[in-house]
Amino acid sequence: MEPAMNRLLLRLVLFCAALACLAGPARAALDPALLAGFHGDFSSRVSAIEALGVAGGDDARRVLAALEEGNLGVAGERVLIVDGDAVRDAATGEAADVAAADVDLITVNNRVRRALSAAHAALSLLDGERGERLAAAQNLSENASETLLPLFERALAAEKDDAVRGVLTRAMAKVNLGAANPAKRLQAAEALGESSDPAVKNMLAALLQKNGDAWAEPDVAVRSAAEASIAAIDRRVATAQHVGTVFSGLSLGSILLLAALGLAITYGVMGIINMAHGELLMVGAYATFMVQTLFRGYLPGWLDWYVVAAIPVAFFAAALVGVAMERLVLRHLYGRPLESLLATWGLSLVLIQAMRVIVGPQNVELANPSWMSGGIELAAGVVLPWNRIVIIGFAVFVLALIWLTMQKTRLGMFVRAVTQNRPMAGCVGVPTARVDTLAFAIGAGIAGLGGLALSQIANVGPAMGQGYIVDSFMVVVLGGVGQLAGAVWAALGLGIVSKFLEGWAGAVIAKILVLVFIIVFIQKRPQGIFALKGRFADS
Amino acid sequence: MRTPFTVRLIQSMPRGGWIALALFALVAWVGIPVAHLALPESHPLHVSAYTVSLLGKILCYMVVAVAMDLIWGYAGILSLGHGLFFALGGYAFGMYLMRQIGRDGSYGADLPDFMVFLDWKELPWYWAGSDSFAWALFLAVAAPGLIAFVFGYFAFRSRIKGVYFSIITQALTYAAMLLFFRNETGFGGNNGFTDFKRILGHSITSPEMRTLLFALSALLLIASLVLGRYLVTSRFGRVLAAIRDAESRVMFIGYNPLHYKLFMWTLSAMLCGLAGALYVPQVGIINPSEMSPANSIEIAVWVAVGGRGTLVGAVLGAGIVNLLKSWATVSFPEYWPFFLGFLFIAVTLYLPDGVVGLWRKLRAGRKAAPAAEQPLRTPPPGSTTDTLPEGATAPQHAAAATKGAAA
Repeated sequence: MEPAMNRLLLRLVLFCAALACLAGPARAALDPALLAGFHGDFSSRVSAIEALGVAGGDDARRVLAALEEGNLGVAGERVLIVDGDAVRDAATGEAADVAAADVDLITVNNRVRRALSAAHAALSLLDGERGERLAAAQNLSENASETLLPLFERALAAEKDDAVRGVLTRAMAKVNLGAANPAKRLQAAEALGESSDPAVKNMLAALLQKNGDAWAEPDVAVRSAAEASIAAIDRRVATAQHVGTVFSGLSLGSILLLAALGLAITYGVMGIINMAHGELLMVGAYATFMVQTLFRGYLPGWLDWYVVAAIPVAFFAAALVGVAMERLVLRHLYGRPLESLLATWGLSLVLIQAMRVIVGPQNVELANPSWMSGGIELAAGVVLPWNRIVIIGFAVFVLALIWLTMQKTRLGMFVRAVTQNRPMAGCVGVPTARVDTLAFAIGAGIAGLGGLALSQIANVGPAMGQGYIVDSFMVVVLGGVGQLAGAVWAALGLGIVSKFLEGWAGAVIAKILVLVFIIVFIQKRPQGIFALKGRFADS
Repeated sequence: MRTPFTVRLIQSMPRGGWIALALFALVAWVGIPVAHLALPESHPLHVSAYTVSLLGKILCYMVVAVAMDLIWGYAGILSLGHGLFFALGGYAFGMYLMRQIGRDGSYGADLPDFMVFLDWKELPWYWAGSDSFAWALFLAVAAPGLIAFVFGYFAFRSRIKGVYFSIITQALTYAAMLLFFRNETGFGGNNGFTDFKRILGHSITSPEMRTLLFALSALLLIASLVLGRYLVTSRFGRVLAAIRDAESRVMFIGYNPLHYKLFMWTLSAMLCGLAGALYVPQVGIINPSEMSPANSIEIAVWVAVGGRGTLVGAVLGAGIVNLLKSWATVSFPEYWPFFLGFLFIAVTLYLPDGVVGLWRKLRAGRKAAPAAEQPLRTPPPGSTTDTLPEGATAPQHAAAATKGAAA
């Protein structure tokens, strides 16, 4: 009984000393009381180390470093640091008139080492880099006790980073919820309602559990406060998640839009499905990869801006492939839509295999530029990544560009005319063959831009385009042929609906449900959301 | 007075066709079984187990090609989802084969291995009856038939056609593939069914069983050819061809295209299901990749290579492409996709009527030489409705004239 009692007393003294340190301004020397523990056994040493960690400051750091290196020792009443032949006082740092040989060095065992690492964590929590602080906070929260509370409070007051703050808040709550004083527990339970962290919610929920007849938390007031806090957290998390779902729906929608816009134009003009459209996305993505490689080799300082430089490259690379496809194959298949379906599928096989042979079958690596990495964190687990935000913006930009081309230029007018009525457009002098080629080039180029966007969020490999052709065609069908507005609404609608369904039923079932929905939709409106107005011979 | 059915059946094929069928039956039912079972392995005419399985597999593909031709060549509906019906038939029969493994699986349990692996305690409800051979056969026909019927009813009712229909069928098979890839669906997920042991208690790997399956595939091919031939030469077939060439006109005359299309579509799916049921025991595995859109589109290419609208063309096309494939994927696998891709392009560009069309052109050219050259493109639309559909070669051309703005 006796030594244990002593130890407890010692801890208390040390704790008070640490508090005194915290309260007062930084001192030139350490309070000798902090060091007293080093005279005792391992347990009292551990307490001393903890207290030093909480106290913080350069002196404490120096003492701990010396201990770690085995240079800390005691002689009589004093705690000393041995530095070669010189011996200094641990508390003041001044030279001491004790021979190095007389100092009894303190041995370090595993328990002391653990305490040391915790003390280091405490020290770096206050003035480390962000990563160090985060690691320190996590380290400390694992074995948090009431001794650490003042440290946490101090750190929290100075901390700006959300992740570190979250860890600290949780650690404090864990300690406070376990406090003996019900008032303290109540306060903690109420304060935690401010959080939006699922881990905090679990902590509160643990209070409401019944263990046999006894509640985990005996106090009724604390329990109801915990319930209220849980409800508040749930509300906040649900809102954040809804926003997150809508966002990822928008993001998927903008990808679909980029993939489908080109298809909408080519299908509208020529009435054929280009099954190699997905491969045009692939060409755009590989063009982006090529630009990145060139930047790595020749302009490493500008590497962050390779994506911008890749925009025209991706557009023209895909447009070139598109024109070649149109001139060599599709031109000869006008009016035979089903056969051109097969021919373009053949083209896609050839393109995929060509890319496999030329570049290699593995996925290539594309890095996000630094300004596109990271994101905005709405709540724990709900992050809006920058690259997706940029892509949504990019889709809007491409859409605006196409809209201008289609509405304000002569070429756009020709394309619209051919889409509406090819023979009549030809009769009034529209060079339909040239319009076909140009429209195909534009459609292919937009697919290339879609590939550029995809390369920033998805894997880039030879077969990457295969997954998009069905989806993009669904967008075209849903939106109505030759209708930009239709494509936009359909893409965004499909994106958001499938993300919500995904959250509810899982990705595969969501895909199937969307498909069924489209089939049913076409029953009702075979022409899509926005039917093209005009006279048709056979519909 | 109506001609008796047997007479109409016999009249549906020219004498040459019957003779060719009889020769084929002789080879498949007598020649190859004898060469495989009776001749010793050292004999130069011995047919190896590998060859029998390969030929049996190709026979199943030929049945699928015939089914595809019936709906594409004669009704003008390009399905990019026939792989689904094929695979469904295969899965239906595969369920039976899995149950026949009994306790011989690696876990020695009553349930199929993959269910033990997933820690399932009992068979899901849709596996009920899967230990019955008859039920498995019924399911192999009924499951694809039912799905085709429901899907076709809604699609044809709202007059979805052309590329719309094609892409939606592709989406259908794609969705089904995703569904079957899931472990929770209860069909073995990624790995599908494999490691079969028995059919009706007899070993599946014995030479006799192999020969029997081969002969049955040949029987199915012959039956589907005769049935197909009968259908397309009948009144029904002519209406169907008319719908293909000018649907609006047929409607104005008073026919409802829905029934005609739906019947042929469902029949085609059921044929595929049967072919799949015969395919699985011969190949020894069925997995969701059979439903991949690429497989379905390949079926269309077999038919295009052989020549649409000619049943014999479908059979030839499936044979040619698959023999080439099994040779090329071994000899130079790198270049097979190139070859297949260029085949797609070349056939649609230069051989719109396939091998059969080429053969006809050559023969007609020899007969009529040195008269005026045959037109390079296909005969004018509409000319096919009152001749035998054997000459029907241009399902899309009629629509082509009005295609410009029609969506």
